[in-house]
Amino acid sequence: MTARRPVPARPRLGVRLAYRLQRLLRPRAAWRWLSARVEASALARPLFTGAERQVKESLFGCRMCGQCALPVTGYVCPMGCPKELRNGPCGGVGRDGSCEVYPDLRCVWVEAYERASAQGRVADLRLLHLPIDHRRWGESSWLNYWQGRDDGLWVAGPPGPAVTGDTGGMGPSRNRERVLGGS
Amino acid sequence: MSGLSDRLTSGGFAVTAEISPPRGAGTGAITETAGLLRDWVDAVNVTDNQGSNVRLASWAGSLAALAAGLEPVMQMTCRDRNRIALQSDLLGASALGIRNVLAMTGDHPKFGDHPEAKPVFDLDSIQLLWTLRHMRDQGAALSGKKLDPPPECFLGAVENPSAPPAGFRADRLGKKVEAGAQFVQTQYVFDMAGFGQWMAQVRDLGLHERCYILAGVGAVRSRRGLDFMRDNVPGVTVPDDVYRRLMAVPADQTAAEGARLAAETIKQLTTIEGVAGVHLFMAGNERAVPDVLGEAGIGAVRDGR
Repeated sequence: MTARRPVPARPRLGVRLAYRLQRLLRPRAAWRWLSARVEASALARPLFTGAERQVKESLFGCRMCGQCALPVTGYVCPMGCPKELRNGPCGGVGRDGSCEVYPDLRCVWVEAYERASAQGRVADLRLLHLPIDHRRWGESSWLNYWQGRDDGLWVAGPPGPAVTGDTGGMGPSRNRERVLGGS
Repeated sequence: MSGLSDRLTSGGFAVTAEISPPRGAGTGAITETAGLLRDWVDAVNVTDNQGSNVRLASWAGSLAALAAGLEPVMQMTCRDRNRIALQSDLLGASALGIRNVLAMTGDHPKFGDHPEAKPVFDLDSIQLLWTLRHMRDQGAALSGKKLDPPPECFLGAVENPSAPPAGFRADRLGKKVEAGAQFVQTQYVFDMAGFGQWMAQVRDLGLHERCYILAGVGAVRSRRGLDFMRDNVPGVTVPDDVYRRLMAVPADQTAAEGARLAAETIKQLTTIEGVAGVHLFMAGNERAVPDVLGEAGIGAVRDGR
């Protein structure tokens, strides 16, 4: 478990650019091949994971939960919420959109909602995030993503309003087709 | 079975209230409050260390209410217990006759009497709802191991219509309903216009047909209580006109005016499509419940609603 406390962080990467990078980094043969090679190497794996930590910590305040939700949260890290809420804001958000625990900081979900709405991606926020696996703290979520180990992070949520131009995004697509219940 | 569930499914107007267990190893206060509420409410919420302050456990308070002839709604927060303890608590509660469970994230420890405590938050409210529903409907724990017999429960959630982001609050309720919420109790409704807008979004999403909505109504008891609520309770919004109205009467009349305001609020709420009942926050003023409900035109439990 990470020693760093959860504190809301404002992303330093613009949301449009983030979504462009998302398209580039979607799992494809090249990434799967590369990530498999990195994983197989005792030297490359920690180096790669360290680089991911550096990049994502400075851009998103990442705490390395190893189960990245950024692709479906407007690229605002929900693990910066003091309650680590992955399904949306708590009921204590201040009238000005501030975090109840850190009133000087903005609620990560208020920020996520604004960034997602600006890009027509509010449907992403309706996805239902399942409980995370705490054994995976410190792992590289990029390797997990490319190797398909992230597929169980979230499932389809409730339908939105009948008429909307908002189609949501394209996080791990297999997740979207799964629904709650079953197993 | 759950009387609250029966009331709601039969189309009746439900009334719930809240009991805060005492800071101490006795249940006398709960028995006494239950006696005051028994004829007037369908069920009573028993809070789970509310405001992150140590109190008698909500399962124990729920059993005390049950013994006093009042159906409990056991509140469960994710603040202090991980997924193992939460699942275990549901099994225990169901085995001992507690049939209504309200799942919520819970206040951060920062606000209570043990700010140095470790915040757990292993699950969030939506994941907890899903977990409880899974246990009941699939007869299995999160691990997949079979539960024999599975627990029975009528599942509740909370929502705060007045907290930002306004555009997402109805969607968030939608997520809770999808995860298993069968009824929802809202935070205090003081701002009727804001609540009306939220209800319109709720109806657009069809959520009022999938989940019973109980609007939160608070009876302010004192000026001090009003100030505390406005400034210190996370997520409560007291609009200026409401504040001015309650401050305009002499201090010894605040409780009476607060009760009047609560009755007026309930009356207005009964006219909103999709509102299935009210959840009363009486803040220790349970003796006023018959008057508040009477003034709002709502009779006692035995008279049917």
